[in-house]
Parts: sequence; structure tokens; C-alpha cells
Amino acid sequence: MSTPRISRRGLLGGGAAAAGVAGAFAVGRTTAAEASEASGPAAYAFRGEHQAGIVTPAQDRLHFAAFDVTTDDRDELVSLLQDWTEAAERMTRAEPAGEVGPVEGDPLLPPDDTGEAIGLPASGLTITFGFGPSLFDDRFGLADRRPAALRTLPHFPADMLDPAKSNGDLCVQACADDPQVAVHAVRNLARIAFGRAAVRWSQLGFGRTSSTSTTQDTPRNLFGFKDGTANVKAEETAALAEHVWVGADDDAAAPWLVGGSYLCARRINMTIEVWDRQPLGDQELFVGRTKGEGGPLSGGGEFDEPDFDAVTGTSPSVPVDAHVRLVHPDLHDGARMLRRGYNFVDGSDDRGGLNAGLFFIAYVRDPDTHFIPIQNTMAKSDALMEYLKVTGSALFAVPPGTADGEHVGQALFA
Amino acid sequence: MKRILITAAGLLVAAPVLAACGTESTEQAEAGRAFTVESTDDACTVSGDEAPAGTLTFEVSNKGSDVTEFYLLGKDGLRILGEVENIGADSSNTLTVNAPAGEYFASCKPGMKGEGIRSAFTVTESEEGEEQLSASDQEMVDEALAGYKLYVRDQSAQLLEKTQEFVDLYKAGDHDDAARVLYPVARTHWERIETVAESFGDLDPKMDLREADLEPGQEWTGWHKIEKDLWPADAVKYQALTPEERAFYADDLLANTETLDEKIQDLDYTIDQLANGSRGLLEEVAVGKVTGEEEFWSHTDLWDFQANVDGARVAFDGVKPIVEKNDPELAETLTTRFDELQTLLDAQREGDGFKLYTDLTPEEVKGLSNAVDALAEPLGSLTAAVV
Repeated sequence: MSTPRISRRGLLGGGAAAAGVAGAFAVGRTTAAEASEASGPAAYAFRGEHQAGIVTPAQDRLHFAAFDVTTDDRDELVSLLQDWTEAAERMTRAEPAGEVGPVEGDPLLPPDDTGEAIGLPASGLTITFGFGPSLFDDRFGLADRRPAALRTLPHFPADMLDPAKSNGDLCVQACADDPQVAVHAVRNLARIAFGRAAVRWSQLGFGRTSSTSTTQDTPRNLFGFKDGTANVKAEETAALAEHVWVGADDDAAAPWLVGGSYLCARRINMTIEVWDRQPLGDQELFVGRTKGEGGPLSGGGEFDEPDFDAVTGTSPSVPVDAHVRLVHPDLHDGARMLRRGYNFVDGSDDRGGLNAGLFFIAYVRDPDTHFIPIQNTMAKSDALMEYLKVTGSALFAVPPGTADGEHVGQALFA
Repeated sequence: MKRILITAAGLLVAAPVLAACGTESTEQAEAGRAFTVESTDDACTVSGDEAPAGTLTFEVSNKGSDVTEFYLLGKDGLRILGEVENIGADSSNTLTVNAPAGEYFASCKPGMKGEGIRSAFTVTESEEGEEQLSASDQEMVDEALAGYKLYVRDQSAQLLEKTQEFVDLYKAGDHDDAARVLYPVARTHWERIETVAESFGDLDPKMDLREADLEPGQEWTGWHKIEKDLWPADAVKYQALTPEERAFYADDLLANTETLDEKIQDLDYTIDQLANGSRGLLEEVAVGKVTGEEEFWSHTDLWDFQANVDGARVAFDGVKPIVEKNDPELAETLTTRFDELQTLLDAQREGDGFKLYTDLTPEEVKGLSNAVDALAEPLGSLTAAVV
């Protein structure tokens, strides 16, 4: 009954991958080694010191899902994390979600993999798991392990949150260079969860708006501007330790989170049509950078630091309400974020306008110092806020990487 | 026609009442397992209400004026472990049935109509009974199939009876309130066996098509046509049906229900049909009921929801002994998930029925949907566990 899966690349690339690999399961959709010959590493290991999908060079596509745990049984929750870990590890290797496979099983049983990724390479898939504040209520005996900073994000000015697109007990961030691979991952993890956890909301992102490595170009958001120029990059080891990874002494209640991070998610709708009617000069003044190259209005190229004291005529070159000024680390005790957001378009609204914007994701060491103050400043004063409506919001604690033989977040339950 | 359901053990047990003091082994096996039943027009008197597991006999005497039936029902009051029917006035017949430990109902049905006159009956654990119950795989399959056939026939009979009452009320023209009360009750019997009814491809669209599913030029008949006429509040510029039209659609529905009932009498099932039927009924819930699409005008979707779950559960309970043998973990999961879904449904009961779908909060709908997903996912593995 076994039908070996052969990747498209495998078919084109010849025998190396197909030959000498025993069994359909081991063939996978493609292998990391095979893919790397073509276009950089296309498969990332699931296990490691930190979870993949944070400093991993930002892939092009996102499917993000928040879940409500539907069981009150702690053992069931742990079994879900075990099952998720196994499935995630398989899928990031371009293998099926289940042990059997999409077409290899009993014809009388629903397949344990849904099949839409047959023939697709790993596509750089990373699956990153997080725990929301609500997981630490009285259901699972985790209340005394809740990190102090893991609270429902406060209300910010201009928040118009849809509760159905906010918060959650668990989150799954699936990123890949092929949208079908990212959707396949979330779909199969949701299936595995039925009876233990249910999707609360999910969000597709079709294009990255950040670069997390110096090897990547800076992409553009739907305002048409480069986004994430000053991001913390994977190569900045010291900055990661200072701004992204939770340190050993950060929170006595949560030693399980050391080496992990906090994931701040914000669904930011843009009023696209109104924005598009703004004169180019105004757009650049709102952002504080040029639209073309992305250099600061105080002069220089994309990666030159803005000079906030520079004056053009009688006004500051970078206006006092320009986005780049208000969120700059200089204004926030040097706090930086690792941003990993994605452009989204969820079709159009009732009036024919794009239901579109930025699904903002930032990884920070402490949201109380690295996210909330910056978000407050932006919401109060940023010129861009005129064109933004925040419709979803969530905070998750992202445990450190998963060691061999462990499930994700195991230390939390130890 | 006298028909006795001979169950797997197929024992012809001479039935001495209360042969409890016997010392020989055969008599021990019979000890406390033989009962008499007296069925009258308004009573159903069983000589006991508890027995050890094993082969039970019920000698049923009809002291009433009408033909009667006797059933041993599962604790849901739906699943039929065994029945004897067509017991004429002043005659008697014996039901022999193999019953594992559990809660049951004994039920007489004088006039062979309605829910019957029921009383609780308990079967307790018993060591020698377990030996009697260690049926072979084929015996378990046969029992499941026989029980399901009885169940479908019973529901079909009740559907016909209630449909007759319903169309009478509807045609009368001045009993619409009563017709509206009866509508979801009568449809319960349809929804419990919906997957069987759907196997008659020509009947189902005539009886259960929703307006949204009509093809251009197709005539709309059946339950939902009448539903819209009884609940026109949400309809735009609705033209109420004339008395003649009412009579036409009512008679058409009744005639199709009679045809369905005739066809069902001869229907036999296979074990995979049983398992697939259970899964299919949950799919009906997931696609049409939990979304509030089925009862677009009356919003009585939760009655249908419950009825689909009833049917799925009866089919599962029938094959459960086989699943417990082949995949005990699956049997346990399904039992738990059925119970969890039922708990949520019970929370929405109001009076003899349920809340209207439109009165549910989005959170309640999501909770029900989650429970349906939680059950339907493992239910997909049922067929492979029974064949």
C-alpha cells in the first residue's frame, strides 16, 4: 500500500535523494541537504537552544493560530504538547504530520496527514509555540509559574479589538516560504488538537515585513515603505541576549522561560484607501523616512541613523510625530525588539476597501520594558495612527528550544 | 406475523418464573433471569426490575384489548436490545435477550404506537453471565446489526405516526400553534435516522430539501416548505400557502413518509454502514446544525442536533462491544466525547425541548462546535475498528 513520496525537486534533481533511502516515510518530501544546494537552507531543525522561527531568517509566509485549551486535564494538555512536538518536528523535515502519511494508510481510516503538502519541500518551515496568560489560571496548576510580565496586554489608545481575534491559551506561529506549507502545518496541528484545544483565531500573512538577518533585504509593508530596517538581527548575538532572550535572573517565578522570549502580536488594520490619497511628501513625513530608499529624512541611506536634531528650514527634519522618531530606542532607554511581522489582506470589507494591514509580531525579553511603553508612545502621538486600527492583540510566553526527547515547554510542567 | 428476535446465544430457555433455588448449573444460570410481563392498555407490569447479566427471558402476556409489543431498551431509551411485537389480545410471547450489566428500560407498547409504557430495569455484573456474554466476533456483529435494524424501524414508525399528526394539524388551518410545537418533535425521528433516509436518493430531496438547495426549476416540497409557511416571520414578502396548497404539500410529505417506512422494513445493514452512519450523522451536525442552517425559519436546530447525536450514539453503542475488543482506547475516547457533547446539549434544554438556535450566544455555539469536532475527529476511526 505504500506509495513513496517523491519531491518535485527530487524528481528534477535526480537520484541522490531518492536512492538508498528505505521506506516511504524516510524519503520525506525533500531533505535539507538536497535543498541547500539550490537556494540556501530550506529546512530548519525543530530542536535547539532556542525555538526556531524567531531569529530564523524571516520566511515569506505566515499562518499564525491561537488556541483555547478545551480540556481541564493537565495530562491531556501535556499529551497535546507531546503530540504537537512530534508532528512539528516531522513537518519541519518535510515529513507527514502523522506517523503513517497522507496516502500510505488504511483506506478505511482518515489519513493522519491531510496531503496538501505532498511533493512540496520543507520550504524553510518553522513552527514556534507559545503560552498565553490565560493558560496560567487555575485549570492546570500553573498559576505560581506565571511570569510576572505575562499578562493580557493593556488597552492602548486606538485599540478597537475584536475579542474573537485576540488572546488565547496557546499559540502556533508557522512560517515558511510556501504558503501551502505554512497552512498545512497549522491545519494538521489543529486536527491533532481536537478534543484538547480548539482554534480561537488564526491569521494568514502573505509577505514578511521584517528582515531578521543581515543576509536579507528589507521588505515593504502595505504603506509602501521599507519596514524593520533597525530590527535586531540574528547576527547581533549580544543584542539578542540583551533585548530578546529571557535571562536567567529575569523572573524567579519562571525559570522555565529562561532562553525563551515574549511574543507580542497585534493585528493592525491599515485604512489603505485613505493612506493612498496622501501626498508623497506627507507620507514620508509621517514615517520619517524616504519612501524609495528608506533613508531617514535627516539624510543618508537606509542604514544610517536618523539625526533627530537636524532641522529643515524651521522644523525638525524628522518631525516630532514621525513614526521613526517615536519608536526609536533612544526614546525608550535603548529598548529594541525583534520584529517578525507580515502583511495581510483578508479580502475586502463591506464597503469595498481592502481588509488589510500588518500582522505585527515582536519578540522581546520583557514586554513591560520593550513593548508596552513603546506601543503607548506610538498610540498616543504617532502620525501613522491616523491610518491604523488595531483589531487584534495577544501576548504569549515562548519557551526556550526543545531538547532531544523532550516536548516543547516541558520545563513548565516539570 | 409472530417474530421473536433470537439473539446470539440463541438459547431456548424454558422460563420457570423465579427459579432461584435451583442447585443444578443450568438452573443457576437461569436464576433470577426469567421474568413475566403483563401488558394492559395502560400498564406494563414486569415481575422484577433487576437481573444478573446473561440471557434474560421475558414472557409477555397481553391482557389488554389491543395488539402490544415489548422491548428491552438501552438507558438512552432509544437503542433496542430486543423486542417481541404483534402480541394479540389474550396471547403471549417470549423475548429472549442477551444483556450485559447496565441500566435499561422495559417497555410495553399497547396499540404499537408512541413511546410505550416504560420502567427502569437494572442488569448487574455476574460472573457466570460474563461467560454467557463472551460472544464471538460474528455474534457481536449480528447483535449490533439486528439491534440497529430494530431501532431504525422503530424510529421510522414513530416518524410516520408523528407526521400523520403533524399534517392533520397543519391542514386544519386553525391549529398552527400545535403544528409548530409538533414540528421539531416529529422531525426528531427523521434526524435520528437521517443517514438511512438519505440512502433513498429520490425520497430525501422530496422530504428534506432546504430552499437554498433548490436547483432552478425544481419544485420545493417537504418539511422545510411547510416550515417556512408556519414561520414566515423572517421571510420577505412571503405569500402564505392556500388551504389547497397546504393539503397538497401535507399529503405529499405523508405519502413520502409512508414510502420511506415501507422501504425501511426490508433494509438490512452491514457493520461498516453502521459505523459510517454514526460518522455521517455527526457530519450532518457539523455542516448544518451547529451552523443554524437546517431550520432556517423555525430555528429549532438543536432538536435536530440532539436527534443526529442520538442516532450516532445508538449506532456507536451497538458496535461498542466490537470496538472495545479491537481498540479499547478508541471506545473510551468516543464514550467520553459523546458524554461531553451531551452535557453541553443538556445545558440548552428548555421545557420539553431546546433553546432556539437564535437564542444561543456565539460562545455557546463555539463550545458546541468544539465538542462536535472533538467527537467527530476520533469517530472517523470507527469504521476501521469494527470491520
